[in-house]
Amino acid sequence: MARPTASPFRMGLVHLALVIYTLIALFPVFLTVINSFKDRSAIFRDPLGLPMPKSFSLVGYETVLKQGDFALYFQNSFIVTAVSIFFVLLFGAMAAFALSEYRFRGNTLMGLYLALGIMIPIRLGTVAILQGMVATGLVNTLTALILVYTAQGLPLAVFILNEFMRTVSDDLKNAGRIDGLSEYSIFFRLVLPLVRPAMATVAVFTMIPIWNDLWFPLILAPSDATKTITLGSQVFIGQFVTNWNAVLAALTLAIVPVLVLYMLFSRQLIRGITAGAVK
Amino acid sequence: MSTIEQSSAIAGGDRRPRRWHILVFLAPALLIYTAVMILPLIETLRLSLFNVRDGQSVFVGLGNFGVLFGDTRWAASFWNALKNNFVFFAIHMLVQNPIGVALAALLSVPKLRFAAFYRTALFLPTLLSFVIVGFIWKLILSPIWGVSPFLLDLVGLKSLFSPWLGKPGSALIAVSLISVWQYVGIPMMLIYAAMLNIPDEVLEAAECDGITGWSQFWKIKLPLILPSIGIISILTFVGNFNAFDLVYTVQGALAGPDGSTDILGTLLYRVFFGFQLQIGDKSMGATIATVMFLIILSGVCLYLFAIQRRMRRYQF
Repeated sequence: MARPTASPFRMGLVHLALVIYTLIALFPVFLTVINSFKDRSAIFRDPLGLPMPKSFSLVGYETVLKQGDFALYFQNSFIVTAVSIFFVLLFGAMAAFALSEYRFRGNTLMGLYLALGIMIPIRLGTVAILQGMVATGLVNTLTALILVYTAQGLPLAVFILNEFMRTVSDDLKNAGRIDGLSEYSIFFRLVLPLVRPAMATVAVFTMIPIWNDLWFPLILAPSDATKTITLGSQVFIGQFVTNWNAVLAALTLAIVPVLVLYMLFSRQLIRGITAGAVK
Repeated sequence: MSTIEQSSAIAGGDRRPRRWHILVFLAPALLIYTAVMILPLIETLRLSLFNVRDGQSVFVGLGNFGVLFGDTRWAASFWNALKNNFVFFAIHMLVQNPIGVALAALLSVPKLRFAAFYRTALFLPTLLSFVIVGFIWKLILSPIWGVSPFLLDLVGLKSLFSPWLGKPGSALIAVSLISVWQYVGIPMMLIYAAMLNIPDEVLEAAECDGITGWSQFWKIKLPLILPSIGIISILTFVGNFNAFDLVYTVQGALAGPDGSTDILGTLLYRVFFGFQLQIGDKSMGATIATVMFLIILSGVCLYLFAIQRRMRRYQF
């Protein structure tokens, strides 16, 4: 970085462009959040104004909490996402370890077979997935969603973890073998702790599409007891479409968990992408 | 696949006892992946060759495809959805990816202050669910709520405002641009990563030769990030031909107005799952899914064999 900095004028233009686009990116979210705290007339009279003591109102949130089963939807989303991530990480790491550590016939073929799913979306098999879930009685259960999301997450997880596991030193593993560790303890006690950063990256990548998915909850688990927060807010907003307070409050409630998680994990996520984990 | 594993476990037997642990490590991932993803995919492809006649499943060969492409009831909506999907993809390629590249180029300006803040903020929309994004924009573009006319008024363009989402002529473009707004973060990040990987020596050498600013971007950086542009193109392609959620939340399952925002994903949903008076049709659903599969597969193959192979890779 010994190069001279660009001229202040040019730097100013760069900042101007970035600030404008940042406004474009954040404005809709900002607008939703501030208006969710206003009463109905203020929403329409002055959409861009901040909520003032006079226009402040929580009526939207009251409607949402009274009408919607948001706690249950949230719980469903949480269970589905957490359990799927757990299986993706565990099974993905195990498969990646087998592929990166051992040489056996069919190794490359197996790697390619698992990598197919990175490019081919699982959605295209929906017709037969629904058929299978009906046959096994898993329709309208969270298990169905967990199975689908685990299968969906595995290819990328195996691919990324495979790359990382190749960097774990062979000497370490062989030292473990000489000390009489079984292959299983080498994996669980030596390798897994070392690839923890990569696991976190995979967890974040896996989490976002699962949490936000609308297609599979809609088709596999649309019952009231199994709605995820994404499907639940979709249905709720659809019903309350003329109640702007309720819609804005529901949207804000749906944004908050994502915002909190993003604040916590944005470093991990961005480092994961820029470190070339997904190339 | 299990035969390969077993024979491989045996193959290792010359040196060591059977290496069952390899099988144990691979089995859970392979089982779930094969059972929930690969087999249903194959079954869906198979189902597209069958149809129900008199309550019985009959092999009809490519008959379903004939119906989908040529029958008066199906063809119009299929070709409409396919055309719309290509427009949807074209808008992403022409708007999303250039903006993504431009933002990445700005972010990678050396010694840029607040770079981390910009990066975090610009990537935020990508994380929001389609439901949030769809409804927020539906509200903002709604003529009932005066936000967009008011903002256009600020820049003196109020006369341009119209209920874009409600007009057949502009609805598809509006929906595509909403999707662009949401997903511009992905090309931005991937290109940004590629630009960070360009070694300083290369840029310094360029500067010694007097190549700076714009010409540095066009002559040095752009050729070096071409492989990443290839990757974001194929990611966009796969994502767009598999899209469903945004159109469904913004325009509903009928993808109105008048089918003008119907893409293959929403068509598949209506045909397979049924909507209002239309009864779900498994065979035709599988047929549409197969067409989507073939489109995506040909895109991926084109990328792997034609584009990626020809692209020069630079080693530093």
